[in-house]
Amino acid sequence: MSKFRKDDKKELPPVSTASLPDIVFMLLFFFMVSTTMREVTLKVKMTAPQATELSKLEKKSLVSYIYVGPPHQQYASKYGTAPRVQLNDQFANVDDIPDFITVEREAREEAEVPQMITSLKVDEFTKMGIVNDIKLELRRVSARNINYSARKKVEL
Amino acid sequence: MAKRVPEVPGSSLADIAFMLLIFFLVTTTMDVDSGLRRVLPPMPPEDIEDTPPINERNVFVVLVDQNNRLMVEGEIMQNVEDLRDKAKEFLENPNNADNLPEKEFKEIPYFGQYEVTKGVISLWNDVGTQYGTYIAVQNELVGAINELRDELSKSKFGKSYIDLDEDRQKAIRQIYPQKISEAEPKKVGGN
Repeated sequence: MSKFRKDDKKELPPVSTASLPDIVFMLLFFFMVSTTMREVTLKVKMTAPQATELSKLEKKSLVSYIYVGPPHQQYASKYGTAPRVQLNDQFANVDDIPDFITVEREAREEAEVPQMITSLKVDEFTKMGIVNDIKLELRRVSARNINYSARKKVEL
Repeated sequence: MAKRVPEVPGSSLADIAFMLLIFFLVTTTMDVDSGLRRVLPPMPPEDIEDTPPINERNVFVVLVDQNNRLMVEGEIMQNVEDLRDKAKEFLENPNNADNLPEKEFKEIPYFGQYEVTKGVISLWNDVGTQYGTYIAVQNELVGAINELRDELSKSKFGKSYIDLDEDRQKAIRQIYPQKISEAEPKKVGGN
């Protein structure tokens, strides 16, 4: 019994925090490797539709994004609630797309231009009218590689 | 004896690392963009010459109207899920039926002379169709083609399509190309 009593008198040593930096660094490296920089601030509400036959976009540097959806709450008073197009960080019209594509092309090397992909990130409740207009504009500037952005279907 | 240099305190290392961690958590996103790849048709030339007539049996017409109702080959379809089997049957035409597309012999690597279907899927939508529904339909059509490719690959090479090397995948893609034509929108059905 005396064996136990001896322990009671001793004070519990504080937990060593010497390995805390290592743990945090490990987390840090994990996030640095597995994430990518946020490119734009979304001004439209966008929930991608669900699909099962997805293919991943491999070369991120060759992808330009077009966002379509109803403007967020704080922009609703100025831009209304009808679905709008967002290019880079601002609202745009469908006629601005050719200019946008030209700028995107100039930023890439010439050899890579034919492999460029335009990813359409469209809200699932948008009507097809605006999407068709975008597709027509893209065909006009022959940016014909497109990707309908979708997320993996959640099985219920 | 030289004076002992005091050790650099390491207790603030954790705070620095935390700060970096939080910075990366805020400024980065994890989502990898994925979706359905498609190639748009080129703009038609100004002087439109007559397009070669396509036999009606070779076209698989899918209509989606403004109320997101689906009509396939003149029949109303209630469930999107049924579309996949119907499209597979159309493209495969296992019994060489008269109302399903013709086939023609083509020289395909690894397969030799092989009967390739002339079928084309034509997808029509209304201006008022919901994008989500449109993608669901597209998804089923792509799924049908993917399943056909996979079945062919399994019977010929004994592996899934995605496990094949690039040349074999290309051969299978020649037999089942992703021929989905997205028509210019028009009013489809009802007011």
